[in-house]
Amino acid sequence: MTVTESRPESSSEPPAARPRYRFVGTRPVRHDGLDKVTGRARFAADCDLPGQLAGCVVRSPHAHARIISIDTGEAEAMPGVKAVISGGDFPAVAPGDPNYDMGVNLMARDRVLYEGHAVAAVAALTTDQARAAAAAVRVEYEPLPPVLTIDAALDPAVGAIHAHMFTSGADPAPTEPSNVSQLTNFARGDTEAGFAAADVVIEREFTTQPVHQGYIEPHAVTADASQDGKATVWCSSQGHFNVRAQTAAMLGWETARIKVVPAEIGGGFGGKTTIYLEPLAVLLSAKAGRPVKMVMTRSEVFRATGPAPGSKFRVKLGARSDGTLTAGKAQMAYSSGVFPSYAAFLGAWTVFESYDIADFEVEARNVVLNTPRSAAYRAPSAPMSALATETVVDELAQALGIDPIEMRLRNAVSEGAINTLGAPFPRVGFTECLEAIRDHPHYGAPLGPNQGRGVAAGHWFNIGESSSATVNLNEDGTATVVTGSPDIGGSRASMALMAAEELGIDVYDITPVVGDTESVGFTDITEGSRATFATGMAVVEACRRVVADLRGRAAKMMGVDVSEVDWADGSAVHAGGEHDPLPLAAITAEAKKTGGPITVTGSLDAKGVGPSFAVHLCDVEVDPETGVVQVVRYTAAQDAGTAIHPSYVEGQIQGGAAQGIGWALNEEYIYDGDGVMENPGFLDYRVPVASDLPMIDAVIVEVPNPNHPYGVRGVGETSIIPPLAAVANAVAAATGRRIRDLPMSPVRVLDAIVNSGSDSTDSSSSNG
Amino acid sequence: MLAPMKYAAPATVEEARALLAADGGARVFAGATDLIPQIRAGRPEPSMMIDLKRIDRLSGIARAGSTWTIGAATPTADIVAHAGFAAEFPGLAEASGLIGSDQIQNRCTWGGNLVNASPAADTPPALIVNDAKAVIASAGGERTVAAAEVATGPGATCLGADEIIVEFTLASPPPRTADAYLRLIPRTEMDIAVVGAAARVTLAPDGAVTAAAVALGAVAPTVVRVPDAEAALIGGPLTDDALEAVAQAASAACRPIDDKRGTVAYRRRVAGVLARRAVAIAADRAAADQRGASS
Ligand SMILES: Cc1cc2nc3c(=O)[nH]c(=O)nc-3n(C[C@H](O)[C@H](O)[C@H](O)COP(=O)(O)OP(=O)(O)OC[C@H]3O[C@@H](n4cnc5c(N)ncnc54)[C@H](O)[C@@H]3O)c2cc1C
Repeated sequence: MTVTESRPESSSEPPAARPRYRFVGTRPVRHDGLDKVTGRARFAADCDLPGQLAGCVVRSPHAHARIISIDTGEAEAMPGVKAVISGGDFPAVAPGDPNYDMGVNLMARDRVLYEGHAVAAVAALTTDQARAAAAAVRVEYEPLPPVLTIDAALDPAVGAIHAHMFTSGADPAPTEPSNVSQLTNFARGDTEAGFAAADVVIEREFTTQPVHQGYIEPHAVTADASQDGKATVWCSSQGHFNVRAQTAAMLGWETARIKVVPAEIGGGFGGKTTIYLEPLAVLLSAKAGRPVKMVMTRSEVFRATGPAPGSKFRVKLGARSDGTLTAGKAQMAYSSGVFPSYAAFLGAWTVFESYDIADFEVEARNVVLNTPRSAAYRAPSAPMSALATETVVDELAQALGIDPIEMRLRNAVSEGAINTLGAPFPRVGFTECLEAIRDHPHYGAPLGPNQGRGVAAGHWFNIGESSSATVNLNEDGTATVVTGSPDIGGSRASMALMAAEELGIDVYDITPVVGDTESVGFTDITEGSRATFATGMAVVEACRRVVADLRGRAAKMMGVDVSEVDWADGSAVHAGGEHDPLPLAAITAEAKKTGGPITVTGSLDAKGVGPSFAVHLCDVEVDPETGVVQVVRYTAAQDAGTAIHPSYVEGQIQGGAAQGIGWALNEEYIYDGDGVMENPGFLDYRVPVASDLPMIDAVIVEVPNPNHPYGVRGVGETSIIPPLAAVANAVAAATGRRIRDLPMSPVRVLDAIVNSGSDSTDSSSSNG
Repeated sequence: MLAPMKYAAPATVEEARALLAADGGARVFAGATDLIPQIRAGRPEPSMMIDLKRIDRLSGIARAGSTWTIGAATPTADIVAHAGFAAEFPGLAEASGLIGSDQIQNRCTWGGNLVNASPAADTPPALIVNDAKAVIASAGGERTVAAAEVATGPGATCLGADEIIVEFTLASPPPRTADAYLRLIPRTEMDIAVVGAAARVTLAPDGAVTAAAVALGAVAPTVVRVPDAEAALIGGPLTDDALEAVAQAASAACRPIDDKRGTVAYRRRVAGVLARRAVAIAADRAAADQRGASS
């Protein structure tokens, strides 16, 4: 088989002002690349231990039911069965405990709360035996009415799923429990006056369905709790320190009793920032006295792990005839599955965040349903809020006869603009992204019949958090860089590039490693686009201290004062030039004589995150007789701050765009009337396949973040925000119909074309 | 504890039939691209899996005189790649080349596609417009039934418990004849038909339609023939009005359901669209058909 390299180079040249680096900004083959493409890389399910048992989870067939009894007797007596556990084997959790939601989600107690909810687990010698025993666990249920839609959850007449849940953030505090877990309000200025000052006001409603992250690797774990009262857990996750903390909390153990070893991860996208199997495997292992391995099926992944929330919004924006946005109003609801989440807060924060709008009011509710607990998915809540805002902005531009990029340029936030939370924006590259798309050959390219073009923007704030890195210089002058950040998108290569830049040695003389929880300092989850930013900072800090150490050692070797020694291109250089430069390898070779091993740890809580903006441009072709939408051309510009490894920045941009296109066109959870998922597999849960997508042209914009040593902004999340609206705007341009309910499946698109009800002029008003 | 599943690879049809007759829990398979996913999804495990691919007579593509014989366990990839066959049955080759992916097509078969009896299967409409016959090995010898008669409902066929489809036969089409198959899927591949439409058209030298067949998949429990569409075509040239009559007749002939893959209204409308387009493609191909052009 031949493999052809067909990756396009980025069409953006680095700005001339950018400092020239030797390694940063180059494209070496990632250190883990060969193993990944040859199948040697070891993922979570590749861990096997001698004597291990196979674990299997018993799951609820009901979306909502009281558990009357669980009888494990028959299962325990079956051949090969070594342990059976259920809710009663876990520490009790009471409503209101910080561990309540996760504890109950992990294993049902008195009620099952969604179809697929775990009620018991079995470990046996073989997978077949475990499955047979799981089927023999007798659970008696009393079905209860499930709450399945946002409308039902908002209806005060529908009973509360959780008797202890009173809407937080509501003023006055409610006296009755409800299915609204939380309310967020943001407001600024005088919205009524703002709308009155507008020449055009457009108000629209939008709905989106829950969508899964769709990582290829199902959740898997092997746990060994057979010795010493300690447990070792092998799994893939976005944060093994988090797995350790959550597993310890669920079991009521001290953190130090658990060691988590990270495996290579086959995709996470936010979905692997929480746990589902680990405490079950530890408990089964402790009970059986043997290691236990558990691997979810795809159906379990869909039915029991967290999708992104569904949403229902009403968004209104007003603009003056010159395009200036004057006021915004958003009423939003997110469904986070069976437990509360921060989804509504993030939606309220992001809905108007990209634009400088003087007067706005946002009210967002988080509701709970009898569906799986939602989890993070790349830029949580922002793709839905951007669908609404970016569609209405597009309609305003259309109504005013203003070019959609120009419309956004007139309102784009820039440094100093006050954000939704009331803080000023640092230097950001939104304008530069808009200009990059405007100036791209794609923007003016001719369109064919039945084709339409759409543009949309997106913003994500990115986060910092805690990271640790240890740099060990080896005897031969190579270096090992150990971090605590699972590598979900090429971060090891980026760590190696920054270390190479700092130390001045070749990137392949650096081995970047993700250490287990006992081999490196605490590190937060790889989330919030933070790994290259925050863990990169820790690497740079550690390397700078290594260089200081090296200069000291070289000074000793030269017999001069350290102030006379500089570090340049991987060597200690004597300022006066009387001594020959000492390359790094010459110093490590003599380390015994100059103070012993050279090893430094950098640990920090990173501050100074750089928000990231993206602008996407999408061409679609719509078959007017079948409603099938084909994305025919796609260009995505994003501000990376600095692209440490441009290929992996492009990969993040392309991946987010692909996932967002799937969200826009076909992905959705489909439930029957009883709350049973009808499409728990990749046949009917339609993520795009390769032939569904054009090559996504990634344009890297670089407006360096002044608060990072290399100017890094996170890039992992922003790319999924614009596609929903970019595709919707393109479909509107191609068909003359606005579709505001996702997904835009062929059925829905044809319906919009044939039944001309939803044209683009309803509920807009002119104040002229 | 369940008894472990047995595997058998008989060399002859008779051995396979004997194994099937002796064990009520046994199942034959060809590509197993339906059977294995169904078992993994929780359908009962057969006590024995009988592999049909080792039986010589069940694999191969041959033409004798004007009759094509295709082994029931021939991978569809071989059918797609057979230039002589694909020249005479471009639509049937198209349908065969739409199943799953290259990997699936290296395993999957017409026999499995037909006997699995999914209403959405891709090759049955194309087999039916070409009047394919299934040769079935039975206790008393062999019997031949029209491909259209094999599936009797979703997952149900006319086959007896110990019967096996051995091969398919197809008559070489007359000159100026061609077929076409189109399906609607939300993605571009690796998907299941929301609607499928096959058509076959024979044209007189003056362009008049002398024979026509239209069949729809995924819009009823089994494949639907559309005699009204055929009647609207035969005897005249292929006008826009005739094509519109095909679309109307196809929409009217559907008996679709609402499900997660589509609605009744959608399937009805799109069945008409695809039937019209398939007829137009088949007619274009028939007009370009050079076989027997001099006659
Ligand atoms: C990823 C994937 C994608 C797919 N995409 C499509 C698609 O696009 N279109 C489509 O139509 N189908 C699709 N399928 C379904 C499947 O591949 C087809 O139905 C295929 O033609 C089945 O052939 P097989 O030989 O693999 O059948 P098998 O699984 O071997 O058999 C299916 C059934 O037929 C019986 N059977 C098989 N051969 C005979 C015989 N000679 N005599 C009697 N009984 C027999 C078996 O006992 C079984 O009940 C897909 C499947 C997968 C896994």
